[in-house]
Amino acid sequence: MERLDAEEGVSDSASSELLIEGVTKRFGEVVALDGVSLKVARGELLTILGPSGSGKTTLLKVVAGFETPDAGSVRAGDSDITALPPARRDIGMVFQNYALFPHLTVHGNVAFPLEMRNVPRAEIERRVAEALATVELDGYGQRLPRQLSGGQQQRVALARAIVFNPRLLLLDEPFGALDRKLRETMQLEVRRLQRKLGLTTIFITHDQEEALVLSDRIAVMNRGTIQQVATTTEIYERPANDFVADFVGESNLFHGSVSAPGEVTVDGGRRIAVPPGTAVGQRVGLLMRPERFASDGANRFAGAVVESVYLGTAFKLRLACDDGMELLVRQPARGPLPVPGARLEVAIDPDAIHVFQ
Amino acid sequence: MFSSSRPWPALPAFLLLLVFFLFPVARMLAFSLEGGTLDWYAKALGEGLYLRVMWNTFEIALLVTACCLLLGYPVGFLMATTTPFWATLGFIFVLLPLWTSVLVRTYAWMVLLGRNGVINRTLMESGLTSDPIPMLHNFSGVLIGMVHVLLPYMVLPVYGAVRRVDPSVVAAAAGLGASTGRIFWRVYLPLTLNGIFAGSVLVFVLSLGFFITPALLGGGRVMMIAVLIEQQVREALNWPFAAALSAVLLAATLVVYAVAQRLGGQEARS
Repeated sequence: MERLDAEEGVSDSASSELLIEGVTKRFGEVVALDGVSLKVARGELLTILGPSGSGKTTLLKVVAGFETPDAGSVRAGDSDITALPPARRDIGMVFQNYALFPHLTVHGNVAFPLEMRNVPRAEIERRVAEALATVELDGYGQRLPRQLSGGQQQRVALARAIVFNPRLLLLDEPFGALDRKLRETMQLEVRRLQRKLGLTTIFITHDQEEALVLSDRIAVMNRGTIQQVATTTEIYERPANDFVADFVGESNLFHGSVSAPGEVTVDGGRRIAVPPGTAVGQRVGLLMRPERFASDGANRFAGAVVESVYLGTAFKLRLACDDGMELLVRQPARGPLPVPGARLEVAIDPDAIHVFQ
Repeated sequence: MFSSSRPWPALPAFLLLLVFFLFPVARMLAFSLEGGTLDWYAKALGEGLYLRVMWNTFEIALLVTACCLLLGYPVGFLMATTTPFWATLGFIFVLLPLWTSVLVRTYAWMVLLGRNGVINRTLMESGLTSDPIPMLHNFSGVLIGMVHVLLPYMVLPVYGAVRRVDPSVVAAAAGLGASTGRIFWRVYLPLTLNGIFAGSVLVFVLSLGFFITPALLGGGRVMMIAVLIEQQVREALNWPFAAALSAVLLAATLVVYAVAQRLGGQEARS
């Protein structure tokens, strides 16, 4: 089969852009989705990241057609698919448990969507072989799903989801059941494949690390609303609110008010130098990532180590500062691990602090 | 049988079976061999009349199984896929007859199906028919009664099999473009074959030895092997021949069961 280079892009794929507008879904008293709007560009991989119960799975079901929204619309390319049944949406989906047909062989599973579209037999054979080659499962066609490992089953699910050139690919926490090594391999593979095929993809996960590795952009969800949609670096370095700052990565979060240009007085009294640009008197949140602390900088913190963990590449330290603040600090693992009770001084520059409202 | 290292908890049940089942079966087999000859077996298996009764029995059992499957599969399927309220209602309707005596239900059918029964009277009063349709003491009466009595044994295994189908697999099929009909033929049906199989074997085996319903609704005109055995015991007082017929029925049942087990096992392995 011919393989496309990653650079060749999206020109020949059937994939389209997705537009979700004002989607609301209630289950009795519970509001699962509260006016969610989201745009996924053609060929983009967008991750919906959120804790369980945040509404991310409901949103996925609305897009796939398994739930009908109470309000709002879902558009794929030029067509409104809000009321379309799942079978007519042309959306490839990889389920959390893969949902392979247990009574069909690998070949039967991958051929299924093509048979449903009444594709001629010869073309089915060609495309199934092509899809199996794409996920590196050539020669496994006659096996049954239960004769495959977890990683292989997932490849079959992926082949089945892409074989009919869907306009959209949905991945519902597909890596949850795999062990760490395999998970990382599969993540990179899915990413490579998605780029190669230029597939507009929505990926659902509660694992922020996974979201950072895979995504073009991340939409963070909580309580049925989208908290922030941005690129991975933006999400990590400039989160829009407490929830995003806390949910993505490790964080030191403080609140206070701007007491002078470039200075915030944290609740509790301590003054911290921050990048200028926020009006005096404004209530703000401060985010300091644990790995941004250095030995020297404008804001100095001295205190005693209360907890220390060796992570191989780094030390993770909890520091009780003399001024009453408690900080989480990551330092490169050099020298001996500071024991609890040891004195430590760290510092952070204003540039490394993110201020949000 | 006692492969477990602690068989003792099963001992009371085993003793009960020994005294009230295995011993009587052994006595019955001894009866059939009375006088040390196989004459009674030769008669049971050699004479056209009795072979026809046996063939008749198999035919009815097969037809009953087919009717139960056609009527029972949709019921079991709906019960497994509907809301809890309707499923509970379905269960009540399926189980209530099962808790009622077969005798009572069979007499109820006699009231319904007779020459002057509820059905015939309704048909004639409404002018749909001028003469009563014979539904009692014939083949169709036996068929209707047996299908009614045995239907739950098909519905319940089918229900169980449909419930075991992973809903995400069904969702996947819909998402991949399968219409409702194709989801049924390509996903539900193949994944519930084991339930169809279990229900069919159950209904078929129970049909082979069915007595009350064919005796009462057949009115002596539909001869099944169990009815024949009873006649030999009660009217002809020919116990050795009745015992031989019973042994043949037992053997036939065991063969059906063994074949079913083999086929079922193959399916589970494939």
